[in-house]
Amino acid sequence: MEILLAIVIGGLFGFSLQKAGAANPQVIIDMLRLKNFHLMKAILLGLGLSSFMLFVLMNLGVIESAHLSVKTAYVGVVIGGAIMGTGWAISGFCPGTGVVGVGAGRKDALVFVIGGLAGALAFTLAYSSLAETFLFNEIGAGKATLATTGIEQYASLMDTVPAVVVVGVIAFVFIIAAWKLPAKSEGLSS
Amino acid sequence: MKNILYQKQWHWSVSGLALGVSFLLAVALVKPIGVSTQFVILDGMVWDVFSSEVAVKGETAYSSSNAYLNKSDGKYAKSVANPINYSFIFVLAMLLGGFLGSKLRTKSTDEDDPELPAVWCENLGSSMTKRYLFAFTGGALVLFGSRLAGGCTSGHMMSGIMQTSLSGYLFTIGAFLFAVPIALFMYRKGR
Repeated sequence: MEILLAIVIGGLFGFSLQKAGAANPQVIIDMLRLKNFHLMKAILLGLGLSSFMLFVLMNLGVIESAHLSVKTAYVGVVIGGAIMGTGWAISGFCPGTGVVGVGAGRKDALVFVIGGLAGALAFTLAYSSLAETFLFNEIGAGKATLATTGIEQYASLMDTVPAVVVVGVIAFVFIIAAWKLPAKSEGLSS
Repeated sequence: MKNILYQKQWHWSVSGLALGVSFLLAVALVKPIGVSTQFVILDGMVWDVFSSEVAVKGETAYSSSNAYLNKSDGKYAKSVANPINYSFIFVLAMLLGGFLGSKLRTKSTDEDDPELPAVWCENLGSSMTKRYLFAFTGGALVLFGSRLAGGCTSGHMMSGIMQTSLSGYLFTIGAFLFAVPIALFMYRKGR
């Protein structure tokens, strides 16, 4: 059953990324050089909608909060983000869109994925010597969220405000930003 | 009206809705979306062919001679030994989704996105070798960085921010703080 879900949801996600133009490096590069916000608008809308619905449905008991998986905040998250951002700008791909690009038949995406396998291997081998360094020092409360999740191990940074209100405000800001950001239409058959 | 499945690129609102539904379905039915871990898992599967210590089955859990594959009770080692698992199949299905998405289009838009993006040619020339060299280097940096951070654009930026997690926001700040200035400099020519 889980494997069937993996195929359906993974397929939908890959299909959506392809149709959003996310697997085309031109679209990513134009977003990063602040020329075309088509993709950023799509992502902000997707995040606003899914985040709000997630907390509403958890409140109603439709989605089990046990399905959440909040990652720890540590120094390496920011530094790793910066390293990933560098490679993202250089190549125009991130791990997900690289995989989708391979599916779409892009040779540069295939080269990106091979490079990615090399980078992942380098980290796998380097991990034992990095594990005890400052890179893994936790920031703040570690596994923390802004909105209360109802899970004890995830500290909430705004635990006095109802989660739906916190997420409602975030979703509102994201959706307004998605709506107001300029999308250049030239060259894109949207 | 053209069938939406055949449009080459969706309107941003359609894309946003489809991505939002993907994020929500994943967390509602299984768990939040993530991709970058599977690069380690695939490396491990290849490595496993040549070594018997990469993924060792114990009585209750898996273990590995490699500290990273061994962490969290050998959960990565377990995935390496069992290729048919949710997260790995999910990423393979994304590849299939990309294939279908690129094939389903009308005749009028039936041309592939150029192998060399226009913005690339204008700034870095038309050498394919150079493009591949940058794609390889970029890929290595992206996956090293993502594994150090414990997630990528999917796991931190999408799934993390959806759950309002602090780590998702920190990762996003780190990524854009470097990606935007580098992109502005590298691709300064062209509209």
